[in-house]
Amino acid sequence: MLKIENLCASVAGKKILRGVNLHVKAGEVHAIMGPNGAGKSTLSNVLAGRDAYTVTTGTVLFHGQDLLAMKPEERAWAGVFLAFQYPVEIPGVNNTYLLKAALNAKRKHQGLSQLDAFDFLKMVKEKAKLVDMDESFLSRSVNEGFSGGEKKRNEIFQMAVLEPTLALLDETDSGLDIDALRVVAGGVNQFRSADRAIVMITHYQRLLDYIVPDVVHVFSDGRILKSGDRHLAMELEKRGYDWVKEEATHG
Amino acid sequence: MSDNEALQNELNKHEYAAGFVTDIEQETLAPGLDVSVIRHISNIKREPEWLLNWRLQAFEHWQTMIEPHWPKVDYPAIDYQAISYYSAPKDNSDGPKTLADVDPELLRTYEKLGIPLREQEMLAGVKEIAVDAVFDSVSVATTFKSKLKKAGVIFCPFSEAVQEYPELIQQYLGTVVPASDNFYAALNAAVFTDGSFVFIPKGVRCPMELSTYFRINAANTGQFERTLIIAEEGATVSYLEGCTAPMRDENQLHAAVVELIALDDAYIKYSTVQNWYPGDENGVGGIYNFVTKRGECRGKRARISWTQVETGSAITWKYPSCVLLGDESVGEFYSVAVTSHCQQADTGTKMIHIGKNTRSTIISKGISAGRSQQSYRGLVRIEAQAEGARNHSQCDSLLLGDRCGAHTFPYIEVKNPTAILEHEASTSRIGEDQLFYCQQRGLSEEDATSTIVNGFCKDVFDVLPMEFAVEANRLMELSLEGAVG
Ligand SMILES: Nc1ncnc2c1ncn2[C@@H]1O[C@H](COP(=O)(O)OP(=O)(O)OP(=O)(O)O)[C@@H](O)[C@H]1O
Ligand SMILES: [Mg+2]
Repeated sequence: MLKIENLCASVAGKKILRGVNLHVKAGEVHAIMGPNGAGKSTLSNVLAGRDAYTVTTGTVLFHGQDLLAMKPEERAWAGVFLAFQYPVEIPGVNNTYLLKAALNAKRKHQGLSQLDAFDFLKMVKEKAKLVDMDESFLSRSVNEGFSGGEKKRNEIFQMAVLEPTLALLDETDSGLDIDALRVVAGGVNQFRSADRAIVMITHYQRLLDYIVPDVVHVFSDGRILKSGDRHLAMELEKRGYDWVKEEATHG
Repeated sequence: MSDNEALQNELNKHEYAAGFVTDIEQETLAPGLDVSVIRHISNIKREPEWLLNWRLQAFEHWQTMIEPHWPKVDYPAIDYQAISYYSAPKDNSDGPKTLADVDPELLRTYEKLGIPLREQEMLAGVKEIAVDAVFDSVSVATTFKSKLKKAGVIFCPFSEAVQEYPELIQQYLGTVVPASDNFYAALNAAVFTDGSFVFIPKGVRCPMELSTYFRINAANTGQFERTLIIAEEGATVSYLEGCTAPMRDENQLHAAVVELIALDDAYIKYSTVQNWYPGDENGVGGIYNFVTKRGECRGKRARISWTQVETGSAITWKYPSCVLLGDESVGEFYSVAVTSHCQQADTGTKMIHIGKNTRSTIISKGISAGRSQQSYRGLVRIEAQAEGARNHSQCDSLLLGDRCGAHTFPYIEVKNPTAILEHEASTSRIGEDQLFYCQQRGLSEEDATSTIVNGFCKDVFDVLPMEFAVEANRLMELSLEGAVG
């Protein structure tokens, strides 16, 4: 589904991504772990098409299409979703309104009819239940005045509504309390299916107890240093990242 | 659709939709301004002697005045002798008749603009709305007059009111905005040609929304209209005003005066969607909109509310104000102003607290794009006798791009120590992070922009009459098209 080859990117003249290679197949869950500032969020932003990041070399194919040639909204229509590490507040814009506009834009692109308000609301309420989100959040302004954890929950709620095929979850677990983590992870697990893939960035092995990954990658200094199965995450939790870096330079 | 067609559609979208010219025979006075022009206008209108004298006095005073230069706007000197002060469709010279007599070309014009002039054609389920259509210097049609009359409401062209209700006109004209008030108000008093007159008698709640639609058509003419709205004790009215003009390379002057009078417990809600031609992307052409709007809460507990969405005009100079004379009276100003390309706007409000326990609210949202310049200029004055006055002001500016400017000039004069004033102001640039967030969810850059801008304006849009909210939204999208990036 997703094929990243030798991806290099910089921001504000600074080289951040230094040759990322990553293949993700439909149905898979990949976890990316790595030290602060390694470039994990940069990778997710580049995949989502953020303007501030300049791709210098490399290719990204999504379902065989050149993802890097597409505008952010085109990537969204094609099925890419990014759950932001820091979701932004948009004052005065109703949460449900944004989702409806987003979903209808996607449907329009796919040549489908616009959802009517009634059907849409019904669907949205079901999805809110899925992540145990109070209905009052539906009519509030996007993320405005939401607590840290509420923002993260809202991201997964949006994912559930928009039904992407590739979900990039950037530290969705950070800021969630223990119960919320379980609920949100439950939402993500329900979302898992044979034709969808998830790439989740996290600092904590704990998340992987709930959402069991097929592959775990160690991301450092702008590239993937090591990949393994879920046991790699457990080892990282115990030993930190230094040994991986060492291994990479010596091996 | 072929690529070419798609491109064409795209280009059309960018055009100012109301920019067409109506091809109709008009009677237009030769350019120039002197006593004879004023006598001529007054004569066409068969005005009483006192009104002619009022005009002549205003003219005399105007000649001693100089154009104000304190607004933060920049334009070449206006040659007042190069403007024609009267232009009307030819067969309209003896006043508007029934709709059946109105030139079909004019009816088509309003149809194109989406203004309903045929009463019976109002769609089922759509709320009825009475329209006074002012075309250049005259009113060409007014709808629902008889239905309103049954409720005791007078809604007619100003010229007609001068004939039919001279005592009301004489009693109220110029009592809120005196003929000598300012340069443009004086000019208007001298040469005004038409406008709307509204009178809601004691205890009457106007049964439908009233609206006046101003259209400039003729070239080289100025439009100088007056609106006078009186709500007697306990009366209520919601009045809407809309404006458009053809696209022309020359600037055209629009200098209107609006006077509102609210007696005890009366409520006047005055909403404007101002969409005068703003000029092209290089700042060529467009309307100079120099307008004086003022309402007086003359009675106790009276309430006047100005709501405006301003997207048009090359230059706007306008400060809808409230004079809060009656005890416990309320003044409100809710404004969204959008400027793009080379538009300039210096706009805001004045709240003058005189009565006891008077309250005022100001919410102003300014959006600047392109190379436009926008200023908020607002005055809150608490007079010595205004015990217990309160004001809340909130002025927010949003910048799109880095070539535009936003400025705020708040003036506060407090002569009574019991006053409570709150003032909040902010200026922000539209967030790249917000845009990206919306785009990531699937909105195009333009939809993302208008969504964020709409959110920014929500406090004002929430108080717009339903009919206008949709229109305002659409205009704002048009006005901001291509403004980002
Ligand atoms: N817009 C920007 N301008 C300048 N530097 C940036 C910008 N965005 C990211 N960086 C820098 O790029 C590097 C990688 O940042 P990134 O956010 O991708 O790290 P991360 O791996 O997600 O870290 P964390 O685990 O803390 O979230 C950091 O050093 C960061 O300061
Ligand atoms: Mg990060």
